[in-house]
Amino acid sequence: MERLLQLLRENARLSTRDMASRLGCTESEIIDQMAQLEKDGVILGYHAMVNAEKTEARGVTAFIEVKITPESGGGFDRTAKRIAQYDQVRSCYLMSGGYDLAVVVEGKDLYDVARFVAEKLSTLDVVLSTATHFQLRTYKHDGFILNSDQEEDRLLVSP
Amino acid sequence: MDIDSKLSDQLRGIPRSGIRDFFELVIGRTDVISLGVGEPDKPTPWPIREAAIRSLEKGQTSYTSNLGLESLRIGISKYVEEHFRTHYDPKKEIIVTVGVSEALDIAFRAVLNPGDEVVFHQPCYVSYGPSITMAYGVPVPINTRLEDEFALLASDVEKAITPKTKVLVLNFPTNPTGAIEPVEELEKIAALCVKHDLLCFTDEIYSELLFDNRKHKSIVEFPGMRERTVLLHGFSKAFAMTGWRLGYACAPQPLIEAMMKIHQYTMLCAPIMSQIAAVEALKQGAEAYEPMRQSYEERRNFVVKRLNEMGLNCFNPGGAFYVFPEVTTATGLSGKDFALGLLQDQSVAVVPGGAFGPSGETCVRCCYATAPELLVQAMDSMEVFVKKHQK
Repeated sequence: MERLLQLLRENARLSTRDMASRLGCTESEIIDQMAQLEKDGVILGYHAMVNAEKTEARGVTAFIEVKITPESGGGFDRTAKRIAQYDQVRSCYLMSGGYDLAVVVEGKDLYDVARFVAEKLSTLDVVLSTATHFQLRTYKHDGFILNSDQEEDRLLVSP
Repeated sequence: MDIDSKLSDQLRGIPRSGIRDFFELVIGRTDVISLGVGEPDKPTPWPIREAAIRSLEKGQTSYTSNLGLESLRIGISKYVEEHFRTHYDPKKEIIVTVGVSEALDIAFRAVLNPGDEVVFHQPCYVSYGPSITMAYGVPVPINTRLEDEFALLASDVEKAITPKTKVLVLNFPTNPTGAIEPVEELEKIAALCVKHDLLCFTDEIYSELLFDNRKHKSIVEFPGMRERTVLLHGFSKAFAMTGWRLGYACAPQPLIEAMMKIHQYTMLCAPIMSQIAAVEALKQGAEAYEPMRQSYEERRNFVVKRLNEMGLNCFNPGGAFYVFPEVTTATGLSGKDFALGLLQDQSVAVVPGGAFGPSGETCVRCCYATAPELLVQAMDSMEVFVKKHQK
C-alpha cells in the first residue's frame, strides 16, 4: 500500500498495468487497492500539478497567519472548519508556535485577497489578528522543483 | 609523419570499444530515448553535492595524501567492515583512486608479469580485457551463459586455470547482465583460488544495488580469501556519482603499497573535492542510495515483464540496473543488428551485447535507470520493432 501511494504521488497517470508490473503484483490487485484507498478516504483525488507562473490566468497566493481565541468546548476546531469552508481558502492548518491557524488563500489579485481578509476573516468574532504574506515565487511545490536550471547532459551511450 | 607506425604494437592489438562505435551513431541526436547508458538517471543526492560546494567555498583545493584523505579512508574502512564484514586498516590497507577503473588498472600493473594469465567472466565491463593487455597480462575470458543467468560456474573457472594463471576477476552484480553469483558457486570459486594460490580482484561497484531482499556476499568473506583479495569499490553507481571519478581498493598492505607506487607517479591523488563529497556520501549511507535502489527494483520488474511479454527471452536479474535480453531467437537479428534497427526505426538506443564479449552477441543491454515514463515509451517502441521482425 505504502509503495502504491508513493507511486501515485509521483505520477498518478501511470496505468494500473504498469504499476502492477513495477510493484510485482497483478493489475486487479492494484485496482482493488486503489478502490479501497479511495473508499477509505486515503486517496482524495487525482490532480494535475500546475506551474501557475507559466499560465495566463495566474492569480496571487497568500499565506495568512491567524490568531484566534479558542472557544470553550470546540477549541480551535469550529473556527478552523468555518474558515476552511470558503472557496478562496486552498489550505487551512492548525499550527504550533506564534499563531494558531495557517490559511492559504488564492485570489485574482492583491485586492481580491485583501478584501477576503478584511471582510471575511477579520470580521469573525474569535479572530484576534491576521498577518498576510504574499507568495512571490515558487521554487518547489509538493516535492517538485520548478523552473529547474538543471541540465540533462548524460551521454546517450556509456559503458 | 606516419603516426600509425609510431603507435605501440601492444596498443594496436587492442580493438576499439564497441560502445564507442555505437556512441558515434547516436551522438547529436535529440529524439532518442536512451537505454544505452551505464549510470544512474538522478544527479548525485543534494547533501553530497553541497558538501563539495562548501569545500570549494572554504578553499579546499590542494593535493591530498597519495592514499587519499585520512577521514575518507576511515569512512571507507567502517563502510567496508559493515558491508563486507572484513576489516581493513585505513592507514595501510586502503587507497583512494580515480574511479574503480584506475584501481583495477594499477592492481593489474602491480602484479602482472608478461605472460601471466588473468581469468574473468564474460560478458563483462568493457575495460577488463584491454586493462589486462595493457598491463602485459593475457586475458582469459570465461563465457557465462544465459541458461545459468550469466552466473559463473566454478567448474568453468577450474577448466580455465593453468599454471600461468595469477588473477581471477569477479564482478557481481555484473555490468552488463545484472547477474548475481549463487553463494554455493562463490564458495567453490573461493576454494579454487586458495587451492591454486590465485589473487582475486573483486569489483563490487554494484554491490548495494541488489533486489528481492537479497543480502550481498563477497568472495573476500570466505576462508583464506582476505589475504589474496583486492576489493574494488567506489561511489559511482550506488551514490550516483559517476562523474566524480572516485573509487578505492582495499587489500593487504604489500598489495596497496605496490599499487601506490604506480598511483603516486601517474595520478598523485584523487581530486580533493570528490574525496570530500565521498566523505559525505558515506555519512549518508543507505539513506542516500536506498530510495534509488528501490526505484531500480520497481523499474526492473516493469522492464523484465514487458520484454518477456513481447517475446524476448529475458531473465530476471538480481542486481545492478541492467537487463540483458536475448533477441536473436525471437527476431533472427544479431544483438548488433537489433540495436542498429531499433535506433533507426524507433529511436531507442540499447547497446549490442557483443560489446561486452562474444557470449553476449545475441543479446542487447538495456539500462533501466531512466525516467519511468520514458521506459514505458521505450518498451512500447521496442515491442513494435520486435513484432515487425518476429520470425
